[in-house]
Amino acid sequence: MSIVGTRVVRQEDRNLITAGGTYVDDLRAEALSGAAHAVFVRSPIAHARIGGIDVSEAKAAPGVLGVFTAADLGLGPHPAGPVEEPWLADGVVRYVGEPVALVLTEERYQLADAAELVDVDYEPLDAVASIGAALDGETLLYPATGSNIVQVNGMAEFDDSIFEGCEVVVTQTIANQRVAPAPLEVRGASFAWGEDGRLTAWLSTQNAQIARSQLAGSLGVGEESVRVIAPDVGGGFGAKIGADPEATVLGWAAKRLGRPVRWVESRSENLTSMTHGRAQLNTVTIGGKRDGTVLAYRLDVIQDAGAYPRTLFLPTLTELMAVGVYRFPVVQTRSRAVVTNTTPIAAYRGAGRPEATAAVERAMDLFAAELGLDPADVRRANFIPPEDFPYRTPTGAFYDTGEYAAALDKVLEAAGYAELRAEQQRRREAGDPVELGLGIAAYVEITGGDGGGESGRVDIHPDGSVVAWTGSSPHGQGLGTSLAMLLSDRLGVPLDRITVRHGDTDEVPKAIGTFGSRSLQLGGSAIRQAADEVIAQARDLAADLLEAAPDDLELDVERGVWQVRGAPSSTVLSWAQVAETASDGKLTADVWFGDGSPTFPFGAHLAVVEVDTETGKVELRRIVAVDDAGPIVNPLTFRGQRHGGLGQGAAQALLEVVTYDEDGNPTTASLADYSFVTAAELPDFELVDMATPTDRNLLGVKGIGEAATIGSTPAVHNAVVDALSARGVRHLDMPTTPIRVWAALSEGNAQ
Amino acid sequence: MKVSIEVNGRPVTEEVPDRTLLVHFLRDTAGLTATNIGCDTTSCGACTVLLDGESVKSCTVLAAQADGHEVTTVEGLSAVDGDLHLVQRAFREQHGLQCGFCTPGMIMASVSLLADNPKPTRDEVRAGLEGNLCRCTGYHNIVSAVIDASGQEVDR
Amino acid sequence: MIPASFQYLRASTVDEALSLLAAHGDDAKVLAGGHSLLPLMKLRLAAPEYLVDIGSLDELRYVRLEGDEVAIGALSRYSALVQDPVLLAHAPLLAHVSGLVGDRQVRHRGTIGGSLVHADAAADLPAAILASDAILVARGPSGERRIPAAEFFLGPFTTPLEPAELLTEIRLPAQTGQGWGYEKFTRRAIDWAMAGVAVVGGRVGLVNLGGVPLRATATEEALAAGASIEDAAALAAEGTNPPDEPHATAEYRRHLARVLTRRALQQAASRS
Repeated sequence: MSIVGTRVVRQEDRNLITAGGTYVDDLRAEALSGAAHAVFVRSPIAHARIGGIDVSEAKAAPGVLGVFTAADLGLGPHPAGPVEEPWLADGVVRYVGEPVALVLTEERYQLADAAELVDVDYEPLDAVASIGAALDGETLLYPATGSNIVQVNGMAEFDDSIFEGCEVVVTQTIANQRVAPAPLEVRGASFAWGEDGRLTAWLSTQNAQIARSQLAGSLGVGEESVRVIAPDVGGGFGAKIGADPEATVLGWAAKRLGRPVRWVESRSENLTSMTHGRAQLNTVTIGGKRDGTVLAYRLDVIQDAGAYPRTLFLPTLTELMAVGVYRFPVVQTRSRAVVTNTTPIAAYRGAGRPEATAAVERAMDLFAAELGLDPADVRRANFIPPEDFPYRTPTGAFYDTGEYAAALDKVLEAAGYAELRAEQQRRREAGDPVELGLGIAAYVEITGGDGGGESGRVDIHPDGSVVAWTGSSPHGQGLGTSLAMLLSDRLGVPLDRITVRHGDTDEVPKAIGTFGSRSLQLGGSAIRQAADEVIAQARDLAADLLEAAPDDLELDVERGVWQVRGAPSSTVLSWAQVAETASDGKLTADVWFGDGSPTFPFGAHLAVVEVDTETGKVELRRIVAVDDAGPIVNPLTFRGQRHGGLGQGAAQALLEVVTYDEDGNPTTASLADYSFVTAAELPDFELVDMATPTDRNLLGVKGIGEAATIGSTPAVHNAVVDALSARGVRHLDMPTTPIRVWAALSEGNAQ
Repeated sequence: MKVSIEVNGRPVTEEVPDRTLLVHFLRDTAGLTATNIGCDTTSCGACTVLLDGESVKSCTVLAAQADGHEVTTVEGLSAVDGDLHLVQRAFREQHGLQCGFCTPGMIMASVSLLADNPKPTRDEVRAGLEGNLCRCTGYHNIVSAVIDASGQEVDR
Repeated sequence: MIPASFQYLRASTVDEALSLLAAHGDDAKVLAGGHSLLPLMKLRLAAPEYLVDIGSLDELRYVRLEGDEVAIGALSRYSALVQDPVLLAHAPLLAHVSGLVGDRQVRHRGTIGGSLVHADAAADLPAAILASDAILVARGPSGERRIPAAEFFLGPFTTPLEPAELLTEIRLPAQTGQGWGYEKFTRRAIDWAMAGVAVVGGRVGLVNLGGVPLRATATEEALAAGASIEDAAALAAEGTNPPDEPHATAEYRRHLARVLTRRALQQAASRS
């Protein structure tokens, strides 16, 4: 009986719930004995010239093994984007949190004492603390470049004639605010150089192999001289892709000191120094007919890239996904990326797609509101219909499969949409100060969008056990269990005889790892391909043993044995018996799955909020969600990914925002100030199932890691605006905090 | 100062700096690394342990304050190869953990919550775990796990 | 983050605590539950040379009805107060408010005395104590003195306690049968109040509407003069000087004070 598609509790859990796993700061490896502890001295000022750094007092502090600044490093340039990011600040600091010096001590408790003694003379410069200030260009982060705009894509000038035939045109600028990925485990790493001249780096990363290549390059050694191990990783959400610059400095310091080094940042450091996400200012213009048909859509993206642009694909990916689930006849997009004196921006769960979805889903609601039509009807009038797939969007995305209207209908039916609208109306007529709001989002996103492949290896040993290595790098997703389930079904081997390993570059030299919801569709397909190669090898060996033609043999996956087709009562061979005869003592296949192309998961969400119009407080009461990512391997973890996405997505709409004052000082630099969502702010999630396969990989699956994040943010956002719509409010930006709602109501009532 | 704490039933005695936080005493002195540190403002709850049976954030207790007292960490709920504690079993069964980093603290907070309120509602669980942050699960399955551990049916 | 170095001193009696404080004066801080002090020390916003731990003084953990007064030992923890039968019967406001401080873990450690001495205008207990017309009992080298709550909160994080004095007890008139209400407004459940209102009898205490916890005297006077709840609540922000922050401006806090006062007064009316 197939276990794929059934609810299987995770193999990963037992160690995590009894021993707490082994995260990088938990390592007690022999190679790290006697390790120095490390802390970075970071800039407390957003923009300043460094007049000088006096490390003498710090060097004399108890236990100090070394204090290093940019002048000490002698590393090559940092391979980065349009402007170079120094390893340690070199002459100028450009955001609060930028590393300026590295302090190493014997004991962890000596770090802060010594770091306080590093005396940096900052000569403050004017700060560019917002997109607006960046565009003004009065202060430049990089005067030599002549502008704060570091990337431009799409149309140079928009052509307004596309809206000429429209009966209604609506435009709105929408902030997609900066948020903090905030994995529960902050960044951490340990480094040990062996006597053989090889570096072993234990890194909290989503991509050990990418990190290995980055470290080798930056430290000026060959890739064979660096081993990266990702131990248990306490969440990443896109902010732990590869290795951050700190890792290079620490690896260098371990060599310089001649002893291992271990580092774990503080949460306050994490909130200013780990990359942030989102941070776009988007202007939508949507035009169409009074019946709700959209004729033209425009998206103008401005990406705040932070002080040092690290991942400038975000705004262009937003452009690529601009039209969402809609068949818009004419579309225009452009994007600009600007630098500011703030923490660098990089991927955060969704990375470019949530911004596109938020923009178009707000646009659809604004358009519907302007027309006085139900937002569900306006969406239905514009969906790309099932018969149009595969569908190439005007911006160049090539969608595989989609049933967008079906997804929305399922959600609205499950939620009881008509009754909810009636309840909303009843409250309004009764003058209830607590308004009900309904928010719809229909979405499509792109997974495995990087276009790369993934590695997979499967070994079957003479004891019948199976060990698989995946190039994916799960850190909470439960992929190990899903891959074991796939192998169990394919090979007919019970789950408890299957081990899935990952995250050590000595075991898996070639891989890409985990981001962009790519792991199941690419890593899973690679494991499937490796399993099929092993099966092909086994068929030949079993044919010899059974003195039959290979084509006459079959693998009975119910019993996990090889037998002659049509003669089930004859001799059978177990996997162990076949593996025993393999030439190198085991059956093995090591593959690269390179044929996968991006897939396009989709869905629809309905959020129900209550808004206390006296105080402005929003309570999220329900989220009903369809997230269609094709066939489901493990419903338990599939639902878990959706839950997590819903929580994070809703949190952006309701609460979370990274803020700076006008001088670029962060005002949300601890978990006491950053509104990380808790259990008390979220409802139970109502999940509706739907599974439309794709033909773009061996498993027919799409990615589910980010989908629910993408749909839930605009659903909740739209619900809040909907709640206030009868009180003169047309739009307010996220997060929909009490003061913003109250301010919007004050303005709305005044109109 | 010399600090003696009975950790998971085992006395641990060590001379440590006066400023040693309980969480570091557990991790570095007692060698029990399940208890994690996720913040520096008593916000996240990853370091939650039981002190004399009550949940506390061990990042905000000095080892010296726990001197002479009993501490239970998640390692003390069950032997690694032994039977799981009801709450551990429920977290696994309900997929109440993903990356696992918040989990030891979340489990200890749940054990404490159930000691005070053996049959909580889902909303009571949410309120009772407000001091424990999780970035992965959206909390839904954590709530289900606590409900399950309380012997009540999980219906969503 | 780790506190700066200090010397840890543990008191086993109140007298011992007082003599340790007398010996170290300004260089010492009292450690009760530690949930106000240790977070500051970890961020190095406080760096005392000595910590005098009074956490084992079980003699300061009690709630007693003494005549028509309720006496609360200063080391009573929130988790004990929230379910204390004497408090529930005779000062239910304080029991309720104790259940809203921080989270469960914080309530297992934090003490009422620690919160009052910390004197944070954003905290729940100070305003509740103010509305309860409490007396704070302190002991020092020169003996015991009683400080009315109205004279206890001198400024942000400032009280009349001398470095060598210890808050030992909180006394308040039994509120048996009096209506009470508490409204706490936060973004998230675990946040400090943006604004809060404590009502008991005809007295109204305000959280985070200034540098110290305040009484809404205009509202109280209006109520005493027979005004309706709505009319009296509209005066709640008079004379306040609330903190002005982007996530909660002074104007917004004043607005909240009026709404929350109305709601707290309505709660109190429904309970009297």
